[in-house]
Amino acid sequence: MVADIAFWGLGLVAVISGAAVFYVDSMARATYALALSFVAVGLQVLFLQQNYVGVVTILMMVMEMAIMAVYMVMFMGMNPALTPMSMVHSNRTAVATAVLTFLVLAAGILLVDWPTRRGSPPPEVTVSLGEALMGPKMLVMAVISPVMVATIVAGVVLAAHRTRYDRFGDDLKQRTPEDPQRGGVGR
Amino acid sequence: MTLEATLLIAAAIFSVGLYGAISQQVVVMVMMGLELMINAVILAAAGFWWFLAPAPTGQVLLLVVIAAMTLEMAMGFAVATLLHRERQADMTDMATDLTR
Repeated sequence: MVADIAFWGLGLVAVISGAAVFYVDSMARATYALALSFVAVGLQVLFLQQNYVGVVTILMMVMEMAIMAVYMVMFMGMNPALTPMSMVHSNRTAVATAVLTFLVLAAGILLVDWPTRRGSPPPEVTVSLGEALMGPKMLVMAVISPVMVATIVAGVVLAAHRTRYDRFGDDLKQRTPEDPQRGGVGR
Repeated sequence: MTLEATLLIAAAIFSVGLYGAISQQVVVMVMMGLELMINAVILAAAGFWWFLAPAPTGQVLLLVVIAAMTLEMAMGFAVATLLHRERQADMTDMATDLTR
């Protein structure tokens, strides 16, 4: 009973703080509202006995939102804690789409005759996850790692201020690089 | 705690995220909407795992979803930085070159 109330309470917190992201006036507050929503969902995942995934979600999201807050301050070009703002377009369409989506999903959730649980959870959920990752499911992680490396490279390439084309010309044939300041190895 | 309750909460979070992704003008706020939607997917997947098929395989899927969310954030920030550097744009309405 207590667990039920806590679960619903966390769900309420997750939804309300999620909505607050688009309601509050300041970007910084919006970021921390999103972090709160993620923490609530992470705790709910803990309630569903997935300790590792729940803790990873909470830790990762708190860090991610801290970085996001910095980005907000960087890109908004105003005092993010003081300036009230409304930056929305096609608000009515968006509200209608969101409400319709919720109604369709809720109808599906309530009308579908869900099957009963197949099998029982392993006694040590985290241990069995680790064994799966290190054993039969290793390929999944082996695929994710090059994707992550590709993301790092792509992120740096996209965000870099000056690339090799800026330094060596469009055909890369320029012998001495055009740098704002001369120097470095061999120059 | 039932499957229906978990999925209803997830559906509500997803709808809020969808509203944000459609309505917000600032690129980073659109990303926040997408994040909320993935947040809902995490919760729904965790619910499906616990209430329907509690085998380790399902948890691996959850880890993949979380990894996808991280990659989305990283690439989104890179694109936001590029947009801001190239044309001082922080709004989606300022980058509509591909719309007709």
